Amino acid sequence: MTIHPVILWTDALIFALLAAVLVLVWLIRRQEHLRAPWRVVAQRPMAMGAALVLGVFVSIGLLDSLHYRAQLPDSPADAPQYSVEVLSVFDALVDGLRARQEKTYSAPLAMQLYAKEFVQRDGVTVRDSSRLQHGGAHLAQADARLPDITRRALAGAAQGALASLLVFAGLAVWQARRMQTSPGAWLAAWRGGRLDWPARTVVLMVATMLMLGGVMMQLAAGYHVFGTDKVGQDVLYISLKSIRTGLVIGTLTTLVTLPLAIGFGIAAGYFRGWVDDVIQYVYTVLNSIPGVLLIAAAVLIVQVYIESNPDIFDTAAARADIRLLALCLIMGVTSWTGLARLLRGESLKLRTLDYVEAARAFGVSNARIISRHIFPNVFHLVLIAIVLDFSGLVLAEAVLSYIGVGVDPAMYSWGNMINGARLELAREPVVWWQLGAAFAFMFTLVLAANLFADGVRDAFDPRLGGRR
Amino acid sequence: MKPLLEVRDLVTDIGPARVVDGVSFHVAAGETYALLGESGCGKSMTALSLMRLLPDGGRVSSGAVELGGENVLGLPERDMRRVRGGQMAMIFQEPMLALNPVIKVGEQIGEALALHQNLGGQAAREAARGLLDAVGVPDAVRRLDTYPFELSGGLRQRVMIAMALAGQPRLLIADEPTTALDVTIQAQVLDVLRRLKTERQMGMLLITHDLGVVAENADRVGVMYAGELVEEGGRDTFFASPQHPYSRMLFDALPRPGDGGRLTTIPGQVPPLDGSLVGCRFARRCPFAIARCRDESPDWQTINDQRVRCHLAGTLPARIEREVTAQTTARAAKALLQVEGLKVHFPIRRGLIQRTVGHVRAVDDVALSIQAGRTLALVGESGCGKTTVGKALLRLVEPTAGSIVLGGETITAKNASTLRRQAQMVFQDPFSSLNPRMRVADILLEGMDALGVGAAGERRDAVAQLLNRVGLPDDAGGRYPHAFSGGQRQRIAIARALAVSPRLVICDEPTSALDVSVQAQILNLLKDLQDSLGLAYLFITHNLSVVDYLAHDVAVMYLGRIVEHGAAVAVLRAPRHPYTLALVSAVPRIEAQTGPGIIRLAGDQPSPLNPPDGCHFNPRCPYASEVCRQTYPGQTDLGNGHWVRCHWVAGQV
Ligand SMILES: Nc1ncnc2c1ncn2[C@@H]1O[C@H](COP(=O)(O)OP(=O)(O)O)[C@@H](O)[C@H]1O
Ligand code: SF4
Ligand code: SF4
Ligand SMILES: [Mg+2]
Repeated sequence: MTIHPVILWTDALIFALLAAVLVLVWLIRRQEHLRAPWRVVAQRPMAMGAALVLGVFVSIGLLDSLHYRAQLPDSPADAPQYSVEVLSVFDALVDGLRARQEKTYSAPLAMQLYAKEFVQRDGVTVRDSSRLQHGGAHLAQADARLPDITRRALAGAAQGALASLLVFAGLAVWQARRMQTSPGAWLAAWRGGRLDWPARTVVLMVATMLMLGGVMMQLAAGYHVFGTDKVGQDVLYISLKSIRTGLVIGTLTTLVTLPLAIGFGIAAGYFRGWVDDVIQYVYTVLNSIPGVLLIAAAVLIVQVYIESNPDIFDTAAARADIRLLALCLIMGVTSWTGLARLLRGESLKLRTLDYVEAARAFGVSNARIISRHIFPNVFHLVLIAIVLDFSGLVLAEAVLSYIGVGVDPAMYSWGNMINGARLELAREPVVWWQLGAAFAFMFTLVLAANLFADGVRDAFDPRLGGRR
Repeated sequence: MKPLLEVRDLVTDIGPARVVDGVSFHVAAGETYALLGESGCGKSMTALSLMRLLPDGGRVSSGAVELGGENVLGLPERDMRRVRGGQMAMIFQEPMLALNPVIKVGEQIGEALALHQNLGGQAAREAARGLLDAVGVPDAVRRLDTYPFELSGGLRQRVMIAMALAGQPRLLIADEPTTALDVTIQAQVLDVLRRLKTERQMGMLLITHDLGVVAENADRVGVMYAGELVEEGGRDTFFASPQHPYSRMLFDALPRPGDGGRLTTIPGQVPPLDGSLVGCRFARRCPFAIARCRDESPDWQTINDQRVRCHLAGTLPARIEREVTAQTTARAAKALLQVEGLKVHFPIRRGLIQRTVGHVRAVDDVALSIQAGRTLALVGESGCGKTTVGKALLRLVEPTAGSIVLGGETITAKNASTLRRQAQMVFQDPFSSLNPRMRVADILLEGMDALGVGAAGERRDAVAQLLNRVGLPDDAGGRYPHAFSGGQRQRIAIARALAVSPRLVICDEPTSALDVSVQAQILNLLKDLQDSLGLAYLFITHNLSVVDYLAHDVAVMYLGRIVEHGAAVAVLRAPRHPYTLALVSAVPRIEAQTGPGIIRLAGDQPSPLNPPDGCHFNPRCPYASEVCRQTYPGQTDLGNGHWVRCHWVAGQV
C-alpha cells in the first residue's frame, strides 16, 4: 500500500522550529558562556525529571506531526486514489486505539456501555447495558474482569521493570566505558550520588515512565483505559492526540511573539526618543483591548475565509490546521507586550553601560551594537520568557476552546475535551472521565514545563546565580 | 582589664571555602582596631561572623567570640537579635543597600529605637533627631521626613551610623564605611566616627584597604591575608616598621607625592581559599620566600609589641625609603588637544509633553589643553562633571557649545571618525566596561573593525601584540572577561583603547575600583605606555595621590568649572584655591600632616541644576566674602601657567 505524504502548515513550522532548536543547541555547545548555565540546569534533579516528561510529550507531538493519506484499498495501482482522512505516524503506531470504536459512552476499563438500553436477550427485551464491541471483549464472564485487569497491570509493570533494567544496564556499561572505570565502580558512584549529573533521579524517572507505559499498553490492548466519549472514541487516544495541539500552540505562538517582542523591546530601549514613544504607545493600546475580543474577531474572520474558499483546503485536517495556525498568530500578536516591556527596561539599562559607550567611542554602528552588545546580554531573559510562557499558552488554548473561539471543534484538543465535558457533567449518571483525562494530561505537561522553567530561570537569572 | 571584644581562633566556612582561618584579636572599649588587606582576604567575612550574619551556606566552624564576657556564638538566635544592634552594630560600604528605600529616615531610626530602647511616638522622634544631630546631619528635623534616596552618599552613611547608634552599641563594626565616598565627605564621616567613639567609649572594628584611613583612625592594626591574620601591632610601631613582607609591599605600592619612579607591585593574586593550602599563604607572591615557606605554615612571632606570622620575621632587611625624583617639567611646544569654552547642558524634561523645565549645567565653560606625551589630571568630587568632560571630548555626549581642536584639526560632527582614531577612553569599572558575552580577542578587534585600522588579515596578529603590550598571557584572547581579575580586566580595557593607536587616552578613574597593589600595576603600565608610545592622558580622578604620581598638569574642577589649573607640583604642593586646599588636606595620609593650610569642608557639593550665585563654592568656603556671593571670580594668573578663579586669592596677589 502506498501513501501520500501531507505536510500541513503547522507541520512545516514545527519541523522548521525543530531544526532551529538543533542549530541553537549546536551553537550553544560551542560557546562556553552559553553552555555553562545549561550545565547547571542539567545538574538539577527536578529540571531533569521534568525534561524527561517533556521529552515524552514532544516525541508524541513530533510523531503526530508526520502526516499522510493512505491509499484506498480498492483503488488501482497505476492511478492510486487516497483516503480523505489525514493520518499521522502516531496514528499508525496506536492504530488499535483509533480503530476500536464503541457505540457511545463507556467508563474507564469497562466492558459494558455506560447507559442502560433495551436489548434483546434470549428473545426477551430487557433493560441492561450491552457489552462493548472491543473493551473487555475477550472476556466471557463479567466477574473475570477484575482478575484480568490485575494480571495485565502486573504484567505491564513487570515488562516496564525489565525494560528499565535493560536500559539501566546499557547506561552503566556505556558510562563506565566513557569514564574508563568498571561498571561496578560506576554503580557505586551512582548509588552514592557522586556523579556530576542527577543520575539517580533520571534512572528513577525513566523506570517509572517505562513501567507506567507498560501498564498502559497492557491495559489498552484489552480495554479503554480512560473510557470512551459520546461517539465511542477512546478517550486515551483523544488525549494523546491533543498533545500535538497543545505543543503547537505553546511553541508556534512563541515563534510569533519573539521577533515582535525582541525587535520592539530592544528598539524602544536602545533608541529611546520617538521610537520609544511610538512603541510604548502601540503596546499600551494593545494591552488595553481585551485579548479575547481580538482573538474572537480574528478566529471568526479566518473561519469565514475558510468557508468561502473551500477549494483551497482539500481536507478537513487542512481546514482545522489553518485555523490552529491563525490562532497561534493572533495569540502571538496579542502577547508580545510583556516580554517587550521587560526587554525595553533591560536595554535602557544596558545602553548606558561602559562597554556600549566604548563601542560608540569606536563609532560602531547601532545595528552592530544591538547584535553584539545588547541582544546577547538580554538573551537569558528571552529564554526564561519562552519556557515560562509555554505553560500559560497551553492553558490559554483550553480556555479559548472552552468559550468557543479556540481551535476547530473537530480538532483533538484538551480545550475541546473540556468543552464537551460541560454537557457530560450535567448528565445523570455523570460522565467524568473526559474531563479527568484532559485534566491529568494538561496537569502533567504544565507541571513538567513549570518545573523545567524554574530550573532554567535559576540557572540563567544573574541575580540568583551570581555574576557571570 | 578584660577587653570588650575577644575573638579566639575564629574559623568560618562558606561551602567548601574556608574564608576565615584561625583569626584571633581583641578590641578594648574606646579603641579602634583596624583590619587591613586586599579585597577577598576575609575581612568582611570576619565581621559578618561576629554578627552571625553570614551569607547562605556560611557557618562558623570553630572558635570563640566573647563580647563583654558573653559568648556570642553560643547564644540562641532570639538572644542574638538583642545583641545585634544593642551590643554591636555594623555599618556597610553601600548604605543604600542597608536602608529601606521606601521608608522615611525618621521611621527607620524610630524602628531601631523601639526595638532596643522601647521608645515610641514623640519620644522616639526626639531621640532620632538627637542621633541625627550627633552624627552631624544638618537640618535634622527636616531630614527625619525624607526618604533615603533623597539624601547624598555622605548623608546616607551618617543616617546609617545614626541607626547603628540607636541601640547604644558597645562595639561598632564599620566595613569600608567611606570607600564609596569622596575624600572631602570621607573626612567628614571619619571625623564623626572618631568623635562618637571617644564620646561613647565604644570599641570600633574598622575594616578598610586604605592605609591612610588606618593611619588617621586606628589605635591598633591587624593585617589579613587569605583568611589569616598575618601581622598585628600598635599603629605607631606598625607604620614605623611593618614586619610582614605583605604589609611592607602594601606600603610600597602606594603612590607617594612627587614620586616619579615605578611603584612596587605585588605580583599575582590572593590564592583561592577552597584548596588545601600548605606553607605560608603569601609564599607565591613573596620576594623573600625560602624553601621552608612553601612547606611549613609560619607561626606567630613577637617583636616588641608587634606579632607577625613569617618565618623571617625580624630578619628582613630594613625598609628602604624609595627615592623621590622630581617630575620633569619640560614642556612640548604644541598642544595635542585644545578645548575652549566647552559646555554640556542636559535638559530636564517634566510633565506629559516632556517640556524642558531647566538645564543641568554639568560642564559649564571649560578650557583645557594637553601636549603630546603628557598627562593632565582632572580632579574633583563626584558629580562635578569630570566624566562628562571626558565623554564630551569623544562626543559620547553632544557638547552644547565649545570648540575641540585635536592635532590641529577642529572636531565637528562630520569628522568624528578622525577623532575616534586619535582619542580613546578607559572606563572606571572594569566589570561593566567589558561585554561579558564576548571573547577578549573580539573585544579588542571591535575598534579595529569599526574604524578599519590595518589590513583585516593582520588584525589577529595585532591582538596578540596588544595583549603582550599590556602584560596579559597570549591565550587571553580566547577567553571571556569573567576569567580575569579586576586588574587584568582593566588591562584588557586599556588594550582595547590602544587597539586603534590613539594619541590621546581619556582615563576615567581607571584604578578606583581596584586594590592598591593592583592599582600600582595599572599605574606603572600607564606610565610605561606613555613613555614608549608617547601617549597623552587626560586622567580623570578623585584620588589625589594617584595624581601626584602620574600627572604633569592638574585641573581642579568644581561644579562644572575649572577653579585651579597648573603644574602638578605647584597645584598639589602649594594649592591656592580654597577648594583645592580642602581637597588636599582631606586626603588621609600616612605621614602626619600639620600646617596652616588644613580646611575641613562642611556640607555637600550643591546640585548643578541650581548652582549658587557668584562663586559656586561660596556656601562651603571659609574665606567667602560679600563679593563672592555676587560675581563669579575671574582668572587670576600666578605665573608658570598656574591660575585660579577666586576673589580671595586675587586680593592677595
Ligand atoms: N556569599 C559568598 N559566598 C561564597 N564565598 C564568598 C561570599 N562572599 C565572600 N566570599 C568569599 O569569601 C572570601 C573573603 O571575602 P570578604 O570577606 O568579602 O573579603 P574582604 O572583605 O577582605 O574584601 C573571598 O574569597 C570571597 O570570594
Ligand atoms: S613566611 Fe616566607 S613566604 Fe611567608 S611571608 Fe614570610 S618570608 Fe614570605
Ligand atoms: S571666590 Fe570667594 S567663595 Fe569662591 S573660593 Fe574664593 S573666597 Fe571662596
Ligand atoms: Mg569587603
